[in-house]
Amino acid sequence: MKAKIIITPKKAVLDPQGKTVQRALEHMGYQGVAAVHVGKYLEIELTGGDKDAARKQLDEACHRFLSNPVIEDYRLELE
Amino acid sequence: MTDPVVTPELVQKHGLTMEEFARIKAILGREPNYTELGIFSVMWSEHCSYKNTRPLLKGFPTKSPKILVGAGEENAGIIDIGDGLAIAFKIESHNHPSAVEPFQGAATGVGGIIRDIFTMGARPIASLNSLRFGELSNPDVRRLFGGVVAGIGHYGNCFGIPTVAGEVYFDKSYEGNPLVNAFCLGVLRHDQIIRGAAKGIGNPVFYVGPATGRDGLAGAAFASQDLTEESADQQRGAVQVGDPFMEKLVCEACLELLATDAVAGIQDMGAAGLTCSTCETAARGGTGIEIELSKVPPRAPNMTPYEILLSESQERMLIIVKKGREAEVQRIFDKWDLPWAQIGMVTDTGRMVVKHYGKIVADIPANKLANEAPVYHRDASEPKYLKSVRAFALAEVPDTKDPVANLETLLAWPTIASKNWVYRQYDHMVRNGTVVCPGSDAAVLRIKHDSLPPTIADSAHPQPAIRNLHVEKFVALTVDCNASYVYLDPYEGGKIAVAEAARNLACSGATPLGTTDNLNFGNPHNPEIFYQLRESVRGLAEACRAFNAPITGGNVSLYNQSPEGAIDPTPTVAMVGLIEKPEHVTTQWFKDEGDAILLLGDVVDRQDSLLGLGGSAYLKAIHGKKTGTPPRCDLEKETELHGALRSLIYSGEVKSAHDCSEGGLAVALAESCISRLIARDTPHLLGAQVDLSEVKELRLDALLFGETQSRIVISTAPINTTKVVERAKLLGIQAMRLGTVGGDSLHLKTAAGDFSWPVAELHDLWWNAIAGAMK
Amino acid sequence: MNFAVLQFPASNCDQDAVHVLHHVLGHSARLLWHKEASLGNADAVVIPGGFSYGDYLRTGAVARFSPIMQAVQEFAMNGGPVLGICNGFQILCEAGLLPGALIRNRSLQFRCEHIFLKTVTTDSPFTNQIPADKLLRVPIAHGEGCYFANEATLAKLKANNQILWHYVNAQGETTEQANPNGSLENIAGICNHRRNVAGLMPHPERASEPLSGSSDGRLVFQSLIAWLERNAQAKAA
Repeated sequence: MKAKIIITPKKAVLDPQGKTVQRALEHMGYQGVAAVHVGKYLEIELTGGDKDAARKQLDEACHRFLSNPVIEDYRLELE
Repeated sequence: MTDPVVTPELVQKHGLTMEEFARIKAILGREPNYTELGIFSVMWSEHCSYKNTRPLLKGFPTKSPKILVGAGEENAGIIDIGDGLAIAFKIESHNHPSAVEPFQGAATGVGGIIRDIFTMGARPIASLNSLRFGELSNPDVRRLFGGVVAGIGHYGNCFGIPTVAGEVYFDKSYEGNPLVNAFCLGVLRHDQIIRGAAKGIGNPVFYVGPATGRDGLAGAAFASQDLTEESADQQRGAVQVGDPFMEKLVCEACLELLATDAVAGIQDMGAAGLTCSTCETAARGGTGIEIELSKVPPRAPNMTPYEILLSESQERMLIIVKKGREAEVQRIFDKWDLPWAQIGMVTDTGRMVVKHYGKIVADIPANKLANEAPVYHRDASEPKYLKSVRAFALAEVPDTKDPVANLETLLAWPTIASKNWVYRQYDHMVRNGTVVCPGSDAAVLRIKHDSLPPTIADSAHPQPAIRNLHVEKFVALTVDCNASYVYLDPYEGGKIAVAEAARNLACSGATPLGTTDNLNFGNPHNPEIFYQLRESVRGLAEACRAFNAPITGGNVSLYNQSPEGAIDPTPTVAMVGLIEKPEHVTTQWFKDEGDAILLLGDVVDRQDSLLGLGGSAYLKAIHGKKTGTPPRCDLEKETELHGALRSLIYSGEVKSAHDCSEGGLAVALAESCISRLIARDTPHLLGAQVDLSEVKELRLDALLFGETQSRIVISTAPINTTKVVERAKLLGIQAMRLGTVGGDSLHLKTAAGDFSWPVAELHDLWWNAIAGAMK
Repeated sequence: MNFAVLQFPASNCDQDAVHVLHHVLGHSARLLWHKEASLGNADAVVIPGGFSYGDYLRTGAVARFSPIMQAVQEFAMNGGPVLGICNGFQILCEAGLLPGALIRNRSLQFRCEHIFLKTVTTDSPFTNQIPADKLLRVPIAHGEGCYFANEATLAKLKANNQILWHYVNAQGETTEQANPNGSLENIAGICNHRRNVAGLMPHPERASEPLSGSSDGRLVFQSLIAWLERNAQAKAA
């Protein structure tokens, strides 16, 4: 089983990386870029097949450790 | 999977000639197999064997009573600094990888040199680097420059070593061939010196550090080729990725292990990885070594013996442990959560025997592999371009009409401009031992109790004891090379590289102890390039002798060229000196209003038909010419000057000292006015009123911007001025009162007129030039 | 007084803190390995700067789960003083012992330079010896020193006088230019509600001796020592 976790900065938090990338895209001539947010992507390979148990475990791990709820949001997908 | 058959094409692909192949066959008494071919190709590459330069390097002075470990003996040289303490230091290049992947290339260059220091048993306490790039107007150059600086910062900062000094040069000849020379210095007690020798028959051989992957495969061979688009593409997989966090753990663990006295020998796995460390330790020990590759922790699946042996995965060490003391390794490396594996043992066969699941895949006499690479005496012929260089005369260039604009241009010229954009990305204060930070002629470090590696007493307790060091030491460091001079006159340029380093040390109050060199040149098969090598080494050697600063070790990087041509010959010199007392520490900026400004040395060398303008920054920046015989350096005069300056510093009479180099006297004066920084956006600027009107019959551009050697601008308290001038004269040095510190502007009165610059404006131009170019 | 200076894998400023506490200020200071379970007889805990765990995942994210941090949590809950410097500040925020978080510098670059700090309040164990109008010249060296907190948290910090230091210019003004990393309202250091836990991004231990170029940072440690000594006297009485 594989878990895919996308971690992004909260909207309220300053994201200078995102802003820099956005400016660079605009300079390169790409039109219509409204905003860029730079985050993190984690892939976790799991043993076992119980999706619900895995989701519960990973949600807790995300809250406690993998993401910082003060400054980040996360999305968890299991396949 | 079977190994490829060894064919002449394969031999050539490995960078070996047919003669070298014949030599290998003679050594083995048979043909080498594929794995053995790989081993020979890296060990006998230029990078590892110095086969093209060994005869030249013999010309270096390498001995002095203070040298404890000399050049060529081990990974780094070690010099005594008194009271049972010693310093280990060396400089090394990582040029080709930085051209391909600047961030990781530079980062792993830093990592590699740090390992060379702690493998000697020393605690690494400071880094320097010398960087060269093409012109900043080129976006690709900006990409390389930004990447290299970020990579150096990333590695050094995370490891926790302060990067305290360096130099950055921008010149078209480095376009496509950036130079990244990384230096490291460490401290240890005499009795903590450990050698990279496989001693003790039957001693187990341990591998410590992260698993081995496919990084940097044949990196040493890659460094020994010209950089073409094809070679760059092929080698994209060859750039190693560094992990400074891992290196910090490996360093602390190794130092802790060394303190237990359980180690018979230790060597880092750098260029040519496991191969080099294995055969070199055996060769040094006069023993043999046997390793079993299946015990080496792999990071990738199905790695072949060839790949495991040639991999340059970072942060790995080879440790020969005293039999019976294996538990120490396990305990300490487990504490630091670091992988370790017992992979072999020391034998008495004199051979390097490599097994893979019990089957022998390589069996080579260690000493012949490590020490009997062929030696080549290349042809040298004087480069044709030197003819036109020597023919250049000042009449071809009119005297300056606008010295005010000229000084502004020079201060904003990237090679001269402030490098704060670079060093503010480096932690230059970690370890609390940086007495003089980047921004002055030399950095100064304070060696205190926690600069030392742990001792046996510490290792017996779970908590490291608080050590007392009764004597603190102060060490000054600098790295220099004016490569334009070397291009225009290899011998004189080589001399000047060393002289300038020694001069920078003297300006900080230090006496030189030793030198490490990084020779960066083009393709040695080209006789003109080889001439540059030979002549600059000759100059370097003579100057090192004159300053009593022998070469303790160094690095050679050849093949720094692309289809466009070779780089300027760049023999980078890093020099370390000792400052006797903290009161002697001197910096380059003026201190107080009312202080007297003096020039030590001749205002110009009238014997020089180019009056110091040959090869000068002024000629390049203002007239776009890189030509003309550079100024001469009289080594006797130079050593007398440094001795005199030190003597004045010891008597407490010198408040600031700054040498004249690129940009000449005007730039040195300006820098003395504008280079003092209190804090962010808070410089402490001081003007200067200078009167040069007594200097007659001298072109204005030569007076202000000529680069005559052996000149230092100092400042003294007004009550000491007469005394200082008299003392200087007694010591045989010219000393001329230039003026007084004070006011808001740098004001120069000359026979050709008066010129004035508000120091705030000069500061802003100089301080922001590089940041502006990088926006 | 006894100081415990925590040592995580790749703490780099641990020895610097011990040097100042022991060799400069004359108190007992020892390095405490992160795998230890107890703080021993420590009167105060210092969490030093560095790149613990390589700053992997997030700076301070892994260190805060080290075994020793359990003891630090209990110590702090019982009113014991804890000072986090740079990476230490980051670890305390991750551990929830201080509010807010530290994110990447606005410039996206590592910054090492001297800055000026203005002490906002002398009412804390970490600032009681600092003359009210004295600017402290102290170095920073970080890539992730931008302090962030949401509006509610910031309001609480202000209401409870928890902001200890601001980045200012040489004239003592809290300007944007004086802010080296983009921190919210130029906040350089804060304490918790109870005022026994503090964190700051600048390095006072690098400005505690004349040879370091500035001795202003020493006042932070001297404040802590004064507070401890006063408390010890109060207990004895």
